[in-house]
Amino acid sequence: MGRVDPDRLNYKFSRNLKERFIEGVLFLAALVSVLTTLGIVFILVWESVTFFRQVPVWSFLTDTMWTPLFSEPRYGILPLLAGTLVTSAVALAVAIPVGTVIAIYLSEFAPFAVREVAKPFLELLGGVPTIIYGYFALLFITPLLQSIWPDLPGFTMLSAGLAMGIMIIPYVSSVAEDAMRAVPMSLREGSYAMGATRFQTATRVVTPAAISGIAAAYILGISRAVGETMIVAVAAGMQPNLTFNPAEPAATITAYIVQVALGDLPHGSIGYQTIFAAGLMLFLLTLGFNVLGHWMRRRYREAY
Amino acid sequence: MAATPASPATGGDDRRLAELRALIASHKRWDLAFAGVGILCLAFGVAAFVALFLEMAIDGFPRLSWDFFTSFPSRRAGSAGILSAWVGSLLVMLVTALAAVPLGVGAGVYLEEYAPRNWVTDVIEINVTNLAGVPSIVYGLLALGLFVYQFGLGQSILTAGLTLALLILPVVIVATREAIRAIPIAIREGAYALGATKWQTTSDHIVPYAMPGILTGVIIGLARAIGETAPIITIGALTFIAFLPPSPVGTDFPFLNFEWLTSPFTVMPIQMFNWTSRPEEAFQLNAAAAGLVLVVMTLAMNALAIWLRYRLRKNIKW
Repeated sequence: MGRVDPDRLNYKFSRNLKERFIEGVLFLAALVSVLTTLGIVFILVWESVTFFRQVPVWSFLTDTMWTPLFSEPRYGILPLLAGTLVTSAVALAVAIPVGTVIAIYLSEFAPFAVREVAKPFLELLGGVPTIIYGYFALLFITPLLQSIWPDLPGFTMLSAGLAMGIMIIPYVSSVAEDAMRAVPMSLREGSYAMGATRFQTATRVVTPAAISGIAAAYILGISRAVGETMIVAVAAGMQPNLTFNPAEPAATITAYIVQVALGDLPHGSIGYQTIFAAGLMLFLLTLGFNVLGHWMRRRYREAY
Repeated sequence: MAATPASPATGGDDRRLAELRALIASHKRWDLAFAGVGILCLAFGVAAFVALFLEMAIDGFPRLSWDFFTSFPSRRAGSAGILSAWVGSLLVMLVTALAAVPLGVGAGVYLEEYAPRNWVTDVIEINVTNLAGVPSIVYGLLALGLFVYQFGLGQSILTAGLTLALLILPVVIVATREAIRAIPIAIREGAYALGATKWQTTSDHIVPYAMPGILTGVIIGLARAIGETAPIITIGALTFIAFLPPSPVGTDFPFLNFEWLTSPFTVMPIQMFNWTSRPEEAFQLNAAAAGLVLVVMTLAMNALAIWLRYRLRKNIKW
């Protein structure tokens, strides 16, 4: 008793070493995601700084013309921002009402069989590549709208926004539905016991209880709409156009980046740097929405 | 209610009863109306999906033939095909899977099984959540600045594969974490009680039991990656490629070569974008056919993932 076999001690030492090593490797894998964020911020800021040395930030934010590839370039982000805003607004005008109603219906009304079929179907709809929606917007929605409204141009923010709205419905409905399903059954039972109908229970008990999750779903939808690229690049045209009329064609921030990337701008030129400045703007916008959504979910989460 | 003492049956009670019934009926009508609106909204989603699919199928199906899959893109729409596009997509997906699966599963395992409760872990967790919300085109800018110019990887299959791997990393991490979280603590305690180390427990029990969930996440991630266009356009992938990358499998020893990693390439969604943005209708028919192939590919992958998940939910009872 009391004597420890030295071989066993050695074995334990090597065993611990191996454990430490593996933990280190796994930690490095987890660190890659942080490095990705740092990389994004570094690259966007680095290239933008050289851009903003030549173009003052103030004129970037207030100039109403975006013509960086012309012989007399103007660098005002407002036209691109307006394009992003209008297409996103059209998309949300479709996705938020339809998505919310689908979420309430699936969570509170639908029979089990309908829900079991509808949920995977909506997931499939969310998995369709966005370039397909772009094709759909340009060659189906636009001609359809033109048959009602013949003056509509071939590229229009309206049709891009509508296609984007259809694309976003599944995101909004699935996150909102998850939030509603997380509301405890006892709240519904209490409401029914008071004689409330399904509709009353859904709108006055379940929806207020799940409001933080529903708000987060909307913000996720906004963030998707702002960052969506291919639909607007295909269907809304690539001309910067400071307008708030959804029937007109206009480029968004994302469409501009695609347009430049399709051309052949030399690395290091100011035209090349503009896409990083535009990308920084886009990154800050979506980051703002994501942080807001995160905060809302925490702030208004009801504890049961 | 014959037992109750006969109340003086007045007209007032009857009227109140009638009002009550009317109120209940009107509430029930609201219920019915909302159910109708709900079904209508669902039907709108379904109709949009069907229209999207049919529009492409009707335009594109006649173009689908053996030649379409085995021809390079061409200036003449009738003889153009998607050979370089689907080969490119396949090779890019190979790189993406090889990079994203080990990194994503490793990160997920670390966060669930190893990570201490401290600020470093908090930073990593918040970071993964935020990365999932970054628009895909921003990843393209990262890749353009970092992979293409800083690391000098060029506009190659390797660059595209790594970019998409970073893009789907949050999907794989979240799926891994959810799958691991569903494994009861008793499994770990059982392994530790037998003297297993943390890594033995993880590699012999946790990861194998979480495998179906991880696989689901990986498939959904790859289905997203295969349809991504924006980041690949941003790194400057060429749209007209009439040759194939060098074959990864050679006839001479060691039978593998890696020249294909640095080769220029095109992928399915870029080919489709290229054809969609041409004014000639013949090319748009090609776009429809390429879109049909793409959508069938992504839908098949998504359906596989959904089916896996349903099977999983039914079979596992701890």
